[in-house]
Amino acid sequence: MATSTADNPTRNYLNDPRGVKSWLFTRDHKRIGLMFLCLVTVAVSLGAVFALLIRTELTLPGPTVTDSPSLYNRFFTLHGAIMIFLFVLPAIPSSLGNFVLPLMLGAKDVAFPRLNLASLWLFAFGMAFFILTLALGGVDTGWTFYPPYSTGTPTAVTTAVVGAFILGFSSIFTGINFLVTIHTMRPPGMGWFRMPLFLWGLYGTAIIQILATPVLAITLLLLVVERTLGVGIFDAKLGGDPVLFQHFFWFYSHPAVYIMILPAMGIVSEVIAVFSRKHIFGYKFIAYSSLAIALLGFFVWGHHMFVSGQSPLVGMIFSALTFAVAIPSAIKVFNWVTTLYKGAIDLSPAMCFSLMFVFIFGVGGLTGLFLGSLATNIQVHDTSFVVAHFHYTMAGGTLTAFLAGLYYWWPKITGRMYGRRWGQIAAGLVFIGFNLTYFPQFVIGWQGMPRRYYDYELVTDIPFITGWQIISTVGGYLFVGGVVFAAVGLIRSLWTGARAPANPWGAATLEWQCSSPPPSGNFDQPPPVGDCYVFDDWEYDEEKGYVRVTKESEDVVST
Amino acid sequence: MIDAMGGLPLGAWALFAQSTGSFWMPGEHSTFAPEVDRVFYFILAVCAFFFLVVLGLMIFFVLRYRRRPGVKPGKTATHSTPLEVGWTLALVAIVAVIFYKGFTAFMEMETPPQGCYEIRVTGRQWAWQFTYANGHVDDVLHVPVDQPVKLTMTSQDVIHSLSIPDFRVKMDLVPGRYTSTWFKAVNPGEYPLYCTEYCGDKHSQMITAVVVHSPGEFAEWLKGANDYLENLSPAEAGKLLYTKRGCVQCHTIDGSANPNTPAPSFKGIYGETHDLVGGATVVVDDNYIRESILEPGKKVRAGYRPIMNTYQGLVSDQEIVALIEFIKSLK
Repeated sequence: MATSTADNPTRNYLNDPRGVKSWLFTRDHKRIGLMFLCLVTVAVSLGAVFALLIRTELTLPGPTVTDSPSLYNRFFTLHGAIMIFLFVLPAIPSSLGNFVLPLMLGAKDVAFPRLNLASLWLFAFGMAFFILTLALGGVDTGWTFYPPYSTGTPTAVTTAVVGAFILGFSSIFTGINFLVTIHTMRPPGMGWFRMPLFLWGLYGTAIIQILATPVLAITLLLLVVERTLGVGIFDAKLGGDPVLFQHFFWFYSHPAVYIMILPAMGIVSEVIAVFSRKHIFGYKFIAYSSLAIALLGFFVWGHHMFVSGQSPLVGMIFSALTFAVAIPSAIKVFNWVTTLYKGAIDLSPAMCFSLMFVFIFGVGGLTGLFLGSLATNIQVHDTSFVVAHFHYTMAGGTLTAFLAGLYYWWPKITGRMYGRRWGQIAAGLVFIGFNLTYFPQFVIGWQGMPRRYYDYELVTDIPFITGWQIISTVGGYLFVGGVVFAAVGLIRSLWTGARAPANPWGAATLEWQCSSPPPSGNFDQPPPVGDCYVFDDWEYDEEKGYVRVTKESEDVVST
Repeated sequence: MIDAMGGLPLGAWALFAQSTGSFWMPGEHSTFAPEVDRVFYFILAVCAFFFLVVLGLMIFFVLRYRRRPGVKPGKTATHSTPLEVGWTLALVAIVAVIFYKGFTAFMEMETPPQGCYEIRVTGRQWAWQFTYANGHVDDVLHVPVDQPVKLTMTSQDVIHSLSIPDFRVKMDLVPGRYTSTWFKAVNPGEYPLYCTEYCGDKHSQMITAVVVHSPGEFAEWLKGANDYLENLSPAEAGKLLYTKRGCVQCHTIDGSANPNTPAPSFKGIYGETHDLVGGATVVVDDNYIRESILEPGKKVRAGYRPIMNTYQGLVSDQEIVALIEFIKSLK
């Protein structure tokens, strides 16, 4: 691919200015995004180690990795807490979102660059508390911290909870920043409904981050107060109510799953349009469905408590609202598939991961119907069916979309092209590994296999259970292997990859109008705003890649 | 008890050890199991349909419309309000039906009929206690067939959850409040009963059985179950209670330390002098054992934490005597 120096400048945000201090105190959203990317990569690696420990332990009945259930309980707690608070929540908004959002607006930075830096520091600080938790022997409550178990256990609950509290502020700061940036810094010509759909995803996420996270913060603070001062809030022994905690906790944590999935859906909307060379189908419905999910997501938390002893009336209301939130997700899927119709589909790694997202999120969403329905919920509640369901949505969903986004924007972030084959093989491995890992968990789950069991030697009436567990473990290693393969392929491109052109995919959103990697100030002049899903300006050439077929001057601000 | 459930050492491989379930669901052994399964299969059919349509179209489009040299993408509409509104309404209709089916089946599961046989359930780390009307306490749930049974449940420590997959029954046991559930078993036999809310180190061992007795057999069992103290020596009865009341979950009787749930072993402690938390000492005698069962937090042995809950109201005087004699016998 031919690249000019204008495409690929020697002075860019990565090397201008130089020095450790210039990174630690940077206000550049791109550097902050990149540092977030490094931190979440460390976190996901750590979480994956615990995931493999869990899977290995469960391969055969009886002790496998450890003969201590107490240690196993720490594995699954740390796996959950690290993956949720340090990876799926921040992965897309804080790293990729931070990098791309101002570029997509043709802006120089986010609205509050210093607040952005504060968000990064708070994240690192919160992460340090999680590392400290590990050093203190871990925590064994499950990532949900349910009292009275969490009030009584001698493990490092307080440290972990303080960590999550701090991470919450990082999340709120990022949310405020994105919300204000999208409201105030859209360039002339970019009305609300001319915005890239990734920004709609980030916008919905920002609303949830701002409104829901404080509830988690207060809840965790109350838990610390109960543990350290013995004030009875949630522990029945002290006069508290354990179910109250569940209400508070899920009031945040259910909307939080939409923090995790909305930006993922945004990435998929971008990638599917670009790599099928088609205008996204049903733009407004996709945009509105992001808002609908963000708002309806606040009213479904009670579906986590269908067997907690809440009244049947409350159960009925939450079940109905839960089904309502299924609709906008399905609308998105239909629109993505329709977008493919009559396209010129390029199965690049980003596209492979996006199509995989549609498959895996489809399974995750549809199995949610069993959980939303009251009668069937009772059977699969607290079984490995639930574990499979949320891994299909959160791990399969968010992680594959994150990888899709990473492959999509990698040339912009690093200035290098990666090997397509590496990415495609990685996608294949992840797809096979992922489904092998979690499909068996659906099966043993609807047969009644309880979740969070250290051992299943006493679970004797589930047909073929050991076989399913072995398949799941083999799949787990394949899945992690696929992600490692993807990472190796990307990292080696830093040395071996060709220099990236400014717009390697012939995309129409504004981030592709600045160089790869962008200069510190992003754009010398505000770029002209067009329709971000019309790709007529760029055509694919077998040798040269995407080439511009219209003159720059033909870009007009059409309103 | 676990062996009685038909488990081989690797019982996991034993296909259909107990229930005649399918690939999808365990056997239907309660009155509302078939109804729950009907909802399950309905949702499964809806899922299969949508999944195959979406996946089929996706694969077809990807194969049919792969990027080819010289072939430009087609110009198609970028939106279609009738299409969007159409599939939105279709979705609303489908989820409304699923909701309604799930809700009506659930209401039956939530509404115990008149004349239920009532059993109290107490969960604790890590044992089940089923208290019957005549005062008998058991660690296995015995119920009559073809009679509705209502469970009124609470927990003494953390949250537990009672799950009987073959009956499609699940309900949390929450400390400080009572929850209830009910079922009507339709086939005599033994079925597994699991704890499904994470409750600590022995969560995966908090498993027992439901024994469904054929008509007439239940009353007989209940009468006999309460008499066992009469027919055994106190030490023998104590040995039975040691398992039935869940002492076994934390206290060993061979002098070994339990690494996961630190509690003193019973072996040879009778007559010993122990240091207590706080510096005092105590001689392990009848009175101290009785007090430790009823008020376990009062005099805690040095080196241990006050993690045990009271058995006040869950053991009779006769049973306490039996336990004392059992501990005495462990030389």
